[in-house]
Amino acid sequence: MDKPVNNAAWLLVAPVFLIVAFSAILPIMTVVNYSVQDTFGNNQFFWNGLGWFQELLDPTTELGGRFLDALWRNLLFSAIILAIEVPLGILVALSMPRDGWKVAATLVIMALPLLIPWNVVGTIWQVFARADIGLGGWAINALGIDYNYTGDPLAAWITIVVMDVWHWTSLVALLCYAGLKSIPDAYYQAARIDGASRWAIFTTIQLPKMKRVLLIAVLLRFMDSFMIYTEPFVLTGGGPGNATTFLSIDLVKIALGQFDLGKAAAMSLVYNLIVLALCWVFYTVMTNAGTERRHEENPA
Amino acid sequence: MASITLDGLAHAYRPDPRGPQDYALKEINHVWRQGGAYALLGPSGCGKTTLLNIISGLVIPTRGRILFDDRDVTRLPTEARNIAQVFQFPVVYDTMTVRENLAFPLKNRKMPREAIARRVEEIASRLDLTSVLDRKASNLTADAKQKISLGRGLVREDVAAILFDEPLTVIDPHLKWQLRSSLKELHRALDLTMIYVTHDQTEALTFADTVVVMHDGAVVQTGTPEELFERPAHTFVGHFIGSPGMNVLPARVAGRTAHVGDVAIALDRGYAALPAGERIELGVRPEFATLAAPGTGLPVKVTRIEDIGRARIARIEISGNPAAAMVPEDLSLDGDSAGLTLDPRQIHIYADGVLVPGEAAGREGDA
Repeated sequence: MDKPVNNAAWLLVAPVFLIVAFSAILPIMTVVNYSVQDTFGNNQFFWNGLGWFQELLDPTTELGGRFLDALWRNLLFSAIILAIEVPLGILVALSMPRDGWKVAATLVIMALPLLIPWNVVGTIWQVFARADIGLGGWAINALGIDYNYTGDPLAAWITIVVMDVWHWTSLVALLCYAGLKSIPDAYYQAARIDGASRWAIFTTIQLPKMKRVLLIAVLLRFMDSFMIYTEPFVLTGGGPGNATTFLSIDLVKIALGQFDLGKAAAMSLVYNLIVLALCWVFYTVMTNAGTERRHEENPA
Repeated sequence: MASITLDGLAHAYRPDPRGPQDYALKEINHVWRQGGAYALLGPSGCGKTTLLNIISGLVIPTRGRILFDDRDVTRLPTEARNIAQVFQFPVVYDTMTVRENLAFPLKNRKMPREAIARRVEEIASRLDLTSVLDRKASNLTADAKQKISLGRGLVREDVAAILFDEPLTVIDPHLKWQLRSSLKELHRALDLTMIYVTHDQTEALTFADTVVVMHDGAVVQTGTPEELFERPAHTFVGHFIGSPGMNVLPARVAGRTAHVGDVAIALDRGYAALPAGERIELGVRPEFATLAAPGTGLPVKVTRIEDIGRARIARIEISGNPAAAMVPEDLSLDGDSAGLTLDPRQIHIYADGVLVPGEAAGREGDA
């Protein structure tokens, strides 16, 4: 097909181009600019070339070491919360009522944690989990378990994971519920006639029909947990020690705490590239799965 | 293999049914003979799917019993009944191949592996699915998927009856005919009871030996396609079956004469004891009403003549009541007045919608 050539069309693209330039390209170029320089304050900058990047990607240096540590913490955190939230979300969705007034009630209750701002969630749990005045922390200690999330790294991790599960399992559950609701009754009736067990119904009907929403849920939860900042910052501030210092928390520490703009800029660029790369992987997987599904659902 | 008996069956979806209006299914007594091909025919919402789901055990009836031969299965769960069902929209297990789909009901019933393989091959060849056995079921066309649904019922050797819930709804028209004839073939070959729910009279009349017509939650007539055509037990059956449907005209009947408006029509049977106070109607199918030149038979007014290809149908008025009649090929009319001849043996009298037999010694059988 011949495409008409019309140079005046560039004029129509120009506003978008300008907006993107000012909102995205210029700020990123500022970061790129910082990442190749060093500063000692007084707005004095010195050329450092690719020095920061070399340091960052070399785990034997101080910067590279803490970057790698934070990256591992991030990946571990994402893996743990996915391993809990996805199966739990499916389980919750399966046990949600399918009709009647209970549907609306359940949906509202499920949506509540999703509506609370991140820093409020952090504050709620900071208070709730405190051993001295928090109901949760106090109760655990009353049971004879020594629990103090401000001193014990394991307790801090458990608290953050439980907080994230509390905050976000609803999202997975609601997505799965939507997937389950779209399965016509005839499938369940046919399965009963075929003598399928509860487990067989789950693996042969419900899980395949939920595949697409599950992919979306995993993508959303992974990206979100990989970029997590506010909640652990409010709850633990990255501590005790560096036990819960994730990439984003470390980044803020370096940029605003130590005012190492060069290091922070290099780090945020690499962080950004990792996020983009993972996004691309998920996007590819999802679109491939999508085309397969469309093919399958073709009724003719 | 069994005959299925419905004994005083009724169902209401609300838990505390008060009057008959609350019943989706009014009381039904019926026996589905072993090996019969039945159609359950009626418009949408007449209760036919409810009845089907009660037979398959997906719905437990409010009242009455279902017997398979002499065994009461009313409260047995679906999987414990020997019933297979094919749904309106094809149900296949997406992640499985056709072979796994067909094996699924047997696998769930813990049949030995070799026996399953043998049975699947056998049914696949009957349904022409052998060539696609190892393909993913989800990638097939709707008619192949419907065959798989049917196949999952057929593989079970204990199946007493197969229920079809409007199975051809999503099938392309040219494949409908093909699938329907392979169903008939299967029925002849396998000696299975088949109950076929549809709102399409052509499907019902071509598939079934016995058609059960339902209307508003009740069975209004059970009979062969010929019986439904020639002797509709209810004006609804007259309307619903046939294209165009039966002419139903308000009438006054005295003895062997009916009056429609000021037109007198001679009847073949006598109606001495018509119930008083009920709505009396005269029914005659367009096929038994023939238009003629003015002056012959009854005087009628022609409003329109439709050519439907194999015949011409006149839309007429008898004393102001609309009706339809056949137009003979050699008839040509000037103006809008014409005559109408009726086959007196094919005229039926209905009281409040229900057929009144009438008295005619020895003529009952050939009607």
